[in-house]
Amino acid sequence: MSLVVRIYKKLPHFTLDVDFTCEDHFICLLGASGSGKSMTLKCIAGLEKPDRGYIALNGRVLFDDEKKIDLSPQERKVGYLFQNYALFNNMTVAENILISLYKNRNQEEKNRKLKEMLQLMRLEGQEEKYPFQLSGGQQQRTALARILMSSPELLLLDEPFAALDSHLREKLQMEMKELLNAYSSQVIMVTHDRDEAYRMADGTGVLDNGHLPVFKKTKELYRNPEYVSAARLIGCKNIVRVKPLSSHELAVEEWGITIHMEKEIPMDITHIGIKAHHFGKDKQLMYPITYHGSLEDTFEYIVRFRFLNQKSDSSDIWWKIPSANMETKLPEIIGFNEQDVLLLKEEE
Amino acid sequence: MEWYPLWNSVRIAAISSVIVFFLGIFLAEYIARLPKILKGILDVFLTLPMVLPPTVCGYFLLRVFGVKRPLGMWLAKYGISFIMTWQGGILAAVVVSFPLMYRTARGAFESYDEDLTYAGKTLGLSNAFIFWHIKMAACRQGIIAGIVLAFARALGEYGATSMLIGYTPGKTATISTTVYQLWRTGNDALAYRWVLINLAISAVVLLTVNMLEKGRKA
Repeated sequence: MSLVVRIYKKLPHFTLDVDFTCEDHFICLLGASGSGKSMTLKCIAGLEKPDRGYIALNGRVLFDDEKKIDLSPQERKVGYLFQNYALFNNMTVAENILISLYKNRNQEEKNRKLKEMLQLMRLEGQEEKYPFQLSGGQQQRTALARILMSSPELLLLDEPFAALDSHLREKLQMEMKELLNAYSSQVIMVTHDRDEAYRMADGTGVLDNGHLPVFKKTKELYRNPEYVSAARLIGCKNIVRVKPLSSHELAVEEWGITIHMEKEIPMDITHIGIKAHHFGKDKQLMYPITYHGSLEDTFEYIVRFRFLNQKSDSSDIWWKIPSANMETKLPEIIGFNEQDVLLLKEEE
Repeated sequence: MEWYPLWNSVRIAAISSVIVFFLGIFLAEYIARLPKILKGILDVFLTLPMVLPPTVCGYFLLRVFGVKRPLGMWLAKYGISFIMTWQGGILAAVVVSFPLMYRTARGAFESYDEDLTYAGKTLGLSNAFIFWHIKMAACRQGIIAGIVLAFARALGEYGATSMLIGYTPGKTATISTTVYQLWRTGNDALAYRWVLINLAISAVVLLTVNMLEKGRKA
């Protein structure tokens, strides 16, 4: 399993310029809407043409502008699951699933394959129905079955859960993960949902305004996002500009504090990030604060506070406290541990 | 009663509808991909026959296909003439009913979800299969409406037809030219009969469309 992607494409609002090589089974591209996620997938599938670039799948070149190679989508063996599934509404579930075998006249073989696929996708008894008669989950499984029937070497998932209700979403994420674990081809999913990426992907890249600054193992990315844009996408609420004073000291002017660190600080650091649930009262680095309000969420409280000498034009800092740990009298002095300080740089 | 006008009207309308169907969906599909300015110009040009008086269309057709015109003379060498022949009725009907098919097909194609084509491509389906079995199927309501409108328009065509092929009983007479001719010569009773026939055909056509649409929805 290997995928090499280099795409350069000028678009009306930004320039897509991504470059990654990946051997993980399940890859996720995490990005806000309009960051170029779908365009990247469409270029890989051959539905859009990059201005320049090189795309190779398992050693097979799909696109190479220098050698004038540009395989049609039909020749690429790349499956594409659309956000709205793109099922053919004039055909039954069975006809949809078997559509890629439309040239195959062996009815017996087709029936056998259909039966296997219906069983795998838990769609037995639905084969005569039309797509609009199915539930959201069944529609998604039908679309997936239809793609798997064409035996693609790479599967692209374009925000596959965005159209579903939140209670269904987690259930289907688990189902999809299980189904695709048994499936040997590589998978790329694009999403704007950090939890989805964390749950499902082995490797994750962060797309920001057409660029892909970081691409690494998912768990590693969430531990150390490296870039401001990546930190924001993985859900870090408190990101602030800093100035390294020495190799062990950072000045956070906006917050009116200095941070001393045991480990050496790289000199190219421009920002730090501290996740909202990493604050607490028994931490290594402690500071006096004032409170500016709180909000009760489903399972936690969101408390807004400011450091004592914080600049008035900087925004409040978010602290998330699990409901069970919430106290009526919050401490006057709180802090964070050194290891929870994300050292970030701005993309050049 | 001489039944020739009925037969002539129906064959002209049927043949022109088939031509207009293919021409309409081909141009609607092709023009949608052109750059904006060119698209605008072609759109105006192709829709013009819908708003021009049919007699003006007939005039233009005479200017192009007339027996003394280069194209008319060239076609005559191969024994083809659109002047004073029933085949000329097809030409007149095609020109006048084309915009109806073209416009409805364009509208249907514009509201078509392009992802369906993309899905077909990534599933390995040929472009021709995708067009005929997926795109046309998804757009069939608009397309059917277009064909029926074009057929009905062709059946009722009078202005361009009378200019191009006139009225020759048993040769170029259609229902609409016959009605006019009978009324002009004071044969009111027979004209009335043809009016009723025309009404009946139109009613059947519209009923068929309604039934087709209901059948699809069920």
